[in-house]
Amino acid sequence: MIPAQFDYVKPGTVEEAVAALQAGGEDAKILAGGQSLIPVLRLRLAAPSVLIDLGGIPELRRIRDDGDRIAIGAMAPHHEVLRNHLVGEHLGLLAQATATVADNQVRHRGTLGGALAHADPAGDLGGVALALEAEFVIAGSGGTRTVSADEFFVDYFTTAIGEDEILTEVRFPKYTGWGSHYEKFNRTAQSWSMVAIAAAVRVEGGTIAEARVGLTNMGTTPLRARGVEEALVGQPATAEAVRTAAERVTEGTAAPSDADAAADYREHLARVLTGRAVLAAAG
Amino acid sequence: MAQVRVTVDGVQYVDEVEPRMLLVYYLRERLGKTGTVVGCDTSNCGACTVHLNGQSVKSCSVLAVQADGAEVTTIEGLARDGQLHPVQKAFNECHALQCGFCTPGMVMQAVDLLGDNPDPDEHEVREGIEGNLCRCTGYQNIVRAVQSAAHAMKPGVAAPVETPAPVAGS
Amino acid sequence: MTDTQLTAEPTTGEFGKSRTRKEDARLITGRTRWTDNITLPGMLHLALVRSPVAHARITGIDADEARALPGVIAVYTAADLGLAEASLPNAWPVTPDQKAPQAPPLAVDTVHFAGDAVAVVIARDTATARDATELVLVDYDDLPPVLDMEEALAEGATLLHPDLGTNASAHWVFDSGEAGTGGSAKEAIAAAENDPDAIVVRRRFRQQRLIPAFMEPRSVVVDPSGEQLTMWSATQIPHILKTMAAATTGVPEHKLRVIAPDVGGGFGGKLQVTPEEIVVLAASVKLGKPVKWTETRSESLLSAHHGRDQIQDITIAAKRDGTVLALDVDLLADMGAYLRLVTSGIPILGAFMFNSIYKFPAYRFACTNVFTSKTPTDAYRGAGRPEATFAIERIMDELAAELGREPLELREQNWIKHEEFPFTTVCGLEYDSGNYEAATAKAKELLGYDALRREQQERRASGDPVQLGIGISTFTEMCGLAPSRVLGSLAYGAGGWENASIRMLPFGKVEVVTGVSAHGQGHETAWSQIVADQLGVPFEDIEVLHGDTQISPKGMDTYGSRSLAVGGIAVVKAAEKVVAKARTIAAHMLEASEDDLEFSGGRFGVKGTGKGVTIQEVATTAWAAHDLPDGVEPSIDADATYDPDNFSFPHGTHLAAMEVDTDTGRVTIRKYVCVDDVGNALNPLIIEGQVHGGLAQGIAQALFEEANYDEQGTLVNGTFVDYTLPSASDLPSFTTDRTTTPATSNPLGVKGVGEAGTIASTPAIVNGVIDAVRHLGVNEVEMPCTPQRVWRAVQAAQGRATQETPVDTHSPGAGLGSIDPNNPQEEEVQ
Repeated sequence: MIPAQFDYVKPGTVEEAVAALQAGGEDAKILAGGQSLIPVLRLRLAAPSVLIDLGGIPELRRIRDDGDRIAIGAMAPHHEVLRNHLVGEHLGLLAQATATVADNQVRHRGTLGGALAHADPAGDLGGVALALEAEFVIAGSGGTRTVSADEFFVDYFTTAIGEDEILTEVRFPKYTGWGSHYEKFNRTAQSWSMVAIAAAVRVEGGTIAEARVGLTNMGTTPLRARGVEEALVGQPATAEAVRTAAERVTEGTAAPSDADAAADYREHLARVLTGRAVLAAAG
Repeated sequence: MAQVRVTVDGVQYVDEVEPRMLLVYYLRERLGKTGTVVGCDTSNCGACTVHLNGQSVKSCSVLAVQADGAEVTTIEGLARDGQLHPVQKAFNECHALQCGFCTPGMVMQAVDLLGDNPDPDEHEVREGIEGNLCRCTGYQNIVRAVQSAAHAMKPGVAAPVETPAPVAGS
Repeated sequence: MTDTQLTAEPTTGEFGKSRTRKEDARLITGRTRWTDNITLPGMLHLALVRSPVAHARITGIDADEARALPGVIAVYTAADLGLAEASLPNAWPVTPDQKAPQAPPLAVDTVHFAGDAVAVVIARDTATARDATELVLVDYDDLPPVLDMEEALAEGATLLHPDLGTNASAHWVFDSGEAGTGGSAKEAIAAAENDPDAIVVRRRFRQQRLIPAFMEPRSVVVDPSGEQLTMWSATQIPHILKTMAAATTGVPEHKLRVIAPDVGGGFGGKLQVTPEEIVVLAASVKLGKPVKWTETRSESLLSAHHGRDQIQDITIAAKRDGTVLALDVDLLADMGAYLRLVTSGIPILGAFMFNSIYKFPAYRFACTNVFTSKTPTDAYRGAGRPEATFAIERIMDELAAELGREPLELREQNWIKHEEFPFTTVCGLEYDSGNYEAATAKAKELLGYDALRREQQERRASGDPVQLGIGISTFTEMCGLAPSRVLGSLAYGAGGWENASIRMLPFGKVEVVTGVSAHGQGHETAWSQIVADQLGVPFEDIEVLHGDTQISPKGMDTYGSRSLAVGGIAVVKAAEKVVAKARTIAAHMLEASEDDLEFSGGRFGVKGTGKGVTIQEVATTAWAAHDLPDGVEPSIDADATYDPDNFSFPHGTHLAAMEVDTDTGRVTIRKYVCVDDVGNALNPLIIEGQVHGGLAQGIAQALFEEANYDEQGTLVNGTFVDYTLPSASDLPSFTTDRTTTPATSNPLGVKGVGEAGTIASTPAIVNGVIDAVRHLGVNEVEMPCTPQRVWRAVQAAQGRATQETPVDTHSPGAGLGSIDPNNPQEEEVQ
């Protein structure tokens, strides 16, 4: 299947990209890695007038140490994120979740920023960004602004990125020495998460000192399970304590019902998998 | 129309293409590289896998214009000087193909996998090719072939004694 | 180049050798000839306008805008192409009163399923053709869809084809009491119900709708230049297609040539005469230009025929000691919207297999074929026999559970013992050979059956959240389709013979022409092995030609595990004739009597002397024809057409150790063992490959795949995102082995292997899943046994209520994520 006609521009700087986006009007679309966009275009589920390819802006691919944070360019491909030593050292959860995104070929092309801006609630990285309290750097005609992860995910496929804006970088605080685990439950290897739990914990002397838990596909946006986090802090890292805390995982969720999982099953899975994720993270 | 300048299997091409033209159709229809095939429209099957600047990609999910300035290797450029790549050889020796439609993509992905991980265990091979669907083999012999190729590609390992049938025209 | 020398030593003992495949050389290098690769001068591209609705009257078609698009050559409806009166063939009227609707290649007044083609666009390139299809405006006047088979048969149901007066196409019955091959099942079951020493078990099983999903999308090219129309098609059946396309379009059969070039898998899905083939042919003739159509994957899933889709009501009666008394089978089989080539016969192919390997004294089979407004069904790997094997192997487990018996022992108590062959079944089929004890013993040992049973007990006792089950499938199948007289008695429209010819080239190389049409099976290799043995010529000196009606004019093509057991035997018969003809000339060359010659290793030797000539030398002598015996033709070429006397009956024992995580419902195949008996093994490497692939498809039915429709009649699994084929990560490595009881019905002793894995594995997996949780009260999980279904089955068995699952709602998957292709929203996609 072949996409409908569109124009194509490949700006060399973020400023040019923003200008192209403004010039392109509401039917303009940003092309990042294209691994979600191009299949949609092929099926003609979308027909943008112009694609603005961010592939010509090298600085958007950079991954750097930014003091107490790791800053990852929006166009860094999953494959680069996965192998990056800074990510490996400070953001184990991000690396673990990224390793489960799609398949090898897609990870070569697909990007961190593209996936987050796409904001599919079943995508694997939104819950991670929430749990890890990432910051999103967004460029527009008036310069750049920074948005917290809590503010970034607005609704189903909707983020805080404005119509004329571009996500340029995602900054993660360092979680050096934390334990982490991404527990993904899908029907086949190619299916997306029915439910997935992103867990990072800091354990001190057998007690959970800090905890972060993010949820994939439990609502119209990625979600953070603050209730579970609260319940975990100060608890021993034992199966029983973790399971009790995991009971709170459905607070504030709105689990969807689809062919793979009706809501009740999804909620049940979330409880079971949260227990498993946290225990694995506490290692 | 947009211009694309690309090196495919060692040959440089410059062409005007519609921006909507997918890399796989550029390869097949413009360059006659029909060894690379289209198996789906949702990037699931991986039959169209080629290497773009040395990394495996699904050429149905890349625009030809995105390959501007890039180097592309297809299944047709894998054998060098008439010598099959060890992965191609192993696919024959291990009976890792039946109808052969998924084979170009499967071989290209296997080559990429072995570049990243020269000695994968069974689980790693299965994960490494999970973006490629095969309907004939049940994957078992493909996994075997990838591991066999990994062994053959280890430095110091002699070429296998049994050689596959000669490739006519190469 | 004239090469009169042998390129290799003469070979014998090719039979049984794990030869790597000749075909691979081109396939691993991309030097392939798929239909879509074909480009001809002036070629035009065709795209179809398909109905988005299941059932509607067409009230108007406006193609003005499409025609005005630059690059568009034509837009045609059925009438424009002279196809308004044409009907696609159904070759199997299963009953004399079968109801078959008109099946035009393009819908005329009414569309009968979502995906039914309405019009075609022909343009200079594919992209433009696609663009133009969106500009063809079709007005539909919606009619109610017909979706549920039982509702379709109820009084007052919407009729899909009102002129037929019913949604029932046919009702087909076999009753062993009436046939005289056994007792009356109805009577035996009634008696058992009133007998305290007997038991009757009833279950309903559902064969979900599947999609063959061959990897190569279908493609057709027709070139109208020259005296013969040439059609290339990604088909399993070039010969049948030629005959049927001629009959459908009125093109005289001698004016049509059909070529199946490299074909990327079929699994029954390319055993069809498709609307698209007929439409491309008609459009090409009308325009006088070559025309190509290649489908997209979503088009393929939507419109290429589907498989399975049955409701099975099974009743088994047995004595309390476990001896089976009767089996009664009532099926509803979903035809979909039309009867395609063998749609109506698919469930009937299972009619003689429900009794399987067991000695039922009484058996009844009844099947009602039902029309629904869904994609037509037809052959899919196994075709009728997987359905039968599933039902009997599931009900044997249920019977064992009801009787408190070990399921494998119960099977052994009832199966045909190896010393009882040949055995005439309650259906009247004669099973020529088999040894179920041997295959089962080997499978048990390879699995570690007894140790796993102990572990199962321990896990049950300890309440382990991960429970273990052992799934059993002791199966047989009938393959090698088929004795022509049997096909005749079943009212199938053609014979089941196969043809082969052998051409001895002047310098001793050999061309083997076969009427079967490979699309992944490895015939080029396997037939070379047969001929190498038969003629004593080197494997490398043999070229196998197939898949072109001009090269191979006579054949019945490839399906039903028939290629070796029928087509391979035709090759043997042709080779025997070559040797016989060569013997006469050899005797003349050696100045000896034919009776004094012995043929061995490719050489005719005069007994008791060192004198001899090779068959290649005889070929050269025959070609030169300078000195031949009087009255002998200057050729040792030969052809043969072989019609089998009987089916062949491969069998085997498949055992699956299944783990079920009762916390999540996740099912894991811990170990899968199968021991298949496919008779003598020509090429063990190829056999193993066939088994692996068959297992993957059978397991996919058990665990992964399902085609569903929503209430409007739209296919919800219309892309690979929703129709989930297993990838390498979803399957384990299998332990495969073989036992060998040669078939006695053919000279090679071979049986057939293409479908065995698929037929046997589905019930093994499902039995294993249920065995793992039976102690929790579960005795049925519908296929595919998804984590959710398994979890819900356990919850229900424990008396806990759960929600309904919206099976028609998109689940996020690769490529599209949460975006539902059937219900797209305006989303921000980056």
